[in-house]
Amino acid sequence: MSHENASLVSDILTKVNDYTWEVPGNFKPGMNVPGRIFVSKPLLDILEAETIDQVANVASLPGIQKYSMAMPDAHLGYGFPIGGVAAFDKHTGVISPGGVGFDINCGVRMIRSDLSEADVRPKLAELLDALFDAIPSGVGSKSRIRVNDKELDDIFIHGVRWAVDNGYGVEADISHCESNGTMPGANPSSVSVKARKRGRPQIGTLGSGNHFLEVQYVDKVYDEDAARVFGLKEGQVTFMIHCGSRGAGHQICTDHLQVLSQASKKYRIDLPDKQLACAPAESEEAQDYFKAMVCAANYAWVNRQVIMHWAREVFDNFFQAEHGELGLDLVYDVAHNVAKLEKHIIDGNEREVYVHRKGATRAFPAGHPEVPEDYRAIGQPVIIPGSMGTASYVLKGSPAAMELTFGSACHGAGRVMSRKSAKHELRGEEIQKKLKSQGIIVKATQPSLIAEEAPEVYKSSSDVVDVVHNLGIATKVARVLPMGVVKG
Amino acid sequence: MSSVPIKDFEYLDHTADAKFRAYGKSLAEAFENAALAMLNVMVDTGSVNTISSIEVELSSPDTESLLFDWLSEILFVFEVEEMVFGRVRVNELIVGDDECSLQATLFGEAIDLSVHVFDTEVKAATYNDMKIENVDGGWMLQATVDT
Repeated sequence: MSHENASLVSDILTKVNDYTWEVPGNFKPGMNVPGRIFVSKPLLDILEAETIDQVANVASLPGIQKYSMAMPDAHLGYGFPIGGVAAFDKHTGVISPGGVGFDINCGVRMIRSDLSEADVRPKLAELLDALFDAIPSGVGSKSRIRVNDKELDDIFIHGVRWAVDNGYGVEADISHCESNGTMPGANPSSVSVKARKRGRPQIGTLGSGNHFLEVQYVDKVYDEDAARVFGLKEGQVTFMIHCGSRGAGHQICTDHLQVLSQASKKYRIDLPDKQLACAPAESEEAQDYFKAMVCAANYAWVNRQVIMHWAREVFDNFFQAEHGELGLDLVYDVAHNVAKLEKHIIDGNEREVYVHRKGATRAFPAGHPEVPEDYRAIGQPVIIPGSMGTASYVLKGSPAAMELTFGSACHGAGRVMSRKSAKHELRGEEIQKKLKSQGIIVKATQPSLIAEEAPEVYKSSSDVVDVVHNLGIATKVARVLPMGVVKG
Repeated sequence: MSSVPIKDFEYLDHTADAKFRAYGKSLAEAFENAALAMLNVMVDTGSVNTISSIEVELSSPDTESLLFDWLSEILFVFEVEEMVFGRVRVNELIVGDDECSLQATLFGEAIDLSVHVFDTEVKAATYNDMKIENVDGGWMLQATVDT
């Protein structure tokens, strides 16, 4: 990034501490609160000036509380920045589909095992082939499951509970999903016929873009107590699934964005960017969107659950193990594109707010009632995937997150290079070869898909996670390194 | 006032997503080129046989909504009909005071992964930094799609 950009960015922002930079409330007209960007100086120097503009734009929405925030992996989005967190008062605030994004409840889950790196490494290529065959991925991928409209309604309403009741997974999986894999308040009649058409054939598909299934091993444990409780230890094999609500979620956002775009005019909300379309939180339009968003969120949890189930089957068959023998337990599943009604302390009083996390992970501390019982003494696992070929991290949520970020942390490494430039400058086959020389196997439907998600395209996941750790909003528990990736 | 360039569309740099400008002598032609700009993010439209077609009819409150609906509709048809498109024709585009409408034909064929090399999947159209401008001798449309 140019020197010119770096000076431009630091001219606008006021330093609060080494990891917190403020966008002054008078930076743009109409801002209701200041902005807060949580980055280190080196990450600040590669932040696009337009991202600051987007943080300021969000600050102008009605009923926003405390600050318009951007996590350490923040980068340019459309409307909201990616890595954006904003909380709006339940009564005087708004709900905005742009603060959630098109891939509603895009998220990530991590599964542990009793296998060691040495058990898997010699057979890794064959294992990845088997996973690639079992889990549909890529543009237009279709599932082995076809659900009818009644089943789709059940998925929208019951989320992971539907999957477990239908044989995809075990009871213990449910409590290890954020919100138990089922947000309350779904209303399937808020979902259009179009969204249903797209949703029916796609349960259990990875999709494309930055979505993946990765086989990994725990390379380093930072926090022995927390790692033990999460079932993690050095040298052990884990796998991770990153995907969302597929076409159903995209269509639900598209449909309601159009409605809310008209509603913004009706309620006379001044929008600095039309993609910030929103309506008063209690209005019919906003509630209708929210109930449909919940359907998509629940769909996404089912999607990741079914993919995990098939991956477990592949592992069991491959290692000729009985069901349960390999200890393939779900560590946790987090959403990173979602809006939720949560209770937070604001100015000393407990208030209900709609927290929008657009590319940000919930990071609740020890003792919070929404942290699963078996983890409650430790805190919620915060799973931060790295880019392809780089480290991923498991952290635990901490009380500082409740004070600073409405209980939120980053969601990944954050892009620095556009997909277009990536494909222009990098060749998929060469990246594949380079990763192979590091012992990492990548399987993808198209080589160009490897280029646009190459490690060079992202900020360093370690730098981003260090900011989260040093701020204290979530602290490091373990680092995992990739062995093989199935790309969407 | 700038004039309409000779090219049909061009891509602008955007970190996460695909952003483009599409041009046309008429608004209908600019809408056709916007569709091609988005489709080419996903697949080389030159590799598509335009042997079958699908009709699209849309109406929206204003031109920006119409552009959003138009791009969204193409993504919907692509996914549910499992068809890829190489050519589009906007047969009629009417701009009224409280309603805009278009009628168009998408030409293409069934997706065949052995023939069609898919690139970045476009998730959705967005309103981000959308522009519809009357430039000297025609129209310029700017849009960002979520990838």
